[in-house]
Amino acid sequence: MTTPLAHEPSTLALTVNGDPRSVAAGTSLSDFLASLKLDPRLVVVEHNRTILRDRDAYASLILGDGDILEIVHFVGGG
Amino acid sequence: MTASVALSPDLDTRFEIGGREFRSRLMVGTGKYASNAQMISAIEASGAEVVTVAVRRVDLDRTKDEGILHHLDPQRFMLLANTAGCFAIDDTIRYARLGRAAGFNEWVKLEVIGDQQTLLPDAAATIEATRVLAAEGFKVMAYTNDDLISALRLEDAGAVCVMPLASPIGSGLGMLNEFAIRTIKHRLSVPVIVDAGVGTASDAAIVMEQGVDGVLMNTGIAAAQDPVRMATAMRLAVDAGRLAYLAGRMPRREIAVPSSPTTGMLDR
Repeated sequence: MTTPLAHEPSTLALTVNGDPRSVAAGTSLSDFLASLKLDPRLVVVEHNRTILRDRDAYASLILGDGDILEIVHFVGGG
Repeated sequence: MTASVALSPDLDTRFEIGGREFRSRLMVGTGKYASNAQMISAIEASGAEVVTVAVRRVDLDRTKDEGILHHLDPQRFMLLANTAGCFAIDDTIRYARLGRAAGFNEWVKLEVIGDQQTLLPDAAATIEATRVLAAEGFKVMAYTNDDLISALRLEDAGAVCVMPLASPIGSGLGMLNEFAIRTIKHRLSVPVIVDAGVGTASDAAIVMEQGVDGVLMNTGIAAAQDPVRMATAMRLAVDAGRLAYLAGRMPRREIAVPSSPTTGMLDR
């Protein structure tokens, strides 16, 4: 077991869809979507302004402090 | 409900946009319905194959309804993501890319709005965004004004079809400039789909009588008192207008011409 370095906070501050959220350090994008009870196949995630087109990469994407996520989906429209 | 009775193939042909073949000339939106069940019934009644959707933030608190994919089967309908609500080129491109990342197709119904009050499109910005997205491999269906030059520029920029308005979005004013729409249809090589402004079935028939390839509508169905009946009416009207166009109408003349024989009358 490694001791976290002083500059690595144990809780990360995220901005998700414009609102502040906090998650534990080491949380992956897959973990985070699961915690929100979101089905990854039904949403699209933009991570720090980069659209993630490969859903298989969600598990290996570890969130960082200050990360900005946009989670979108399809809604009714004309 | 199995209301989508296709016209017999000897009456009308299928048509193609961007290498994909379509049967129904009516495309419909999914906004403004009272319920998802009503939306599905109306879409089925319309016979549409192409169904537009918008890209928006997920409500993480779930106080609102879930995403539309819980209700619409992407295997059954071609989902066409729009960029509704975008006023800037950058935003529009971002929304188009988000829509594509949902993973269903490379198509986008491109809208860049130029004015909040009228929701009229910004043609210059739409042309620029079309150029960028077409280069990225998008199949761009470009919403625009009923203006020939904008339509020609969109075709040059790589749009797979051009979608001039009948009248402003959600206005229900019907076809305001038949001449402009016919001119666009005559001059473009890519298909022309009239988008926005259809308020009732006769509007849809008049649109199709101009010879355009199809029509897209949302509010005209969703805001009717009975959307499922109106969707059926729109399906019939689109077919009626298309057939009337193919049949070729009689010339207009401002004199009466009798339909019955003028000979053989009694006591003459």
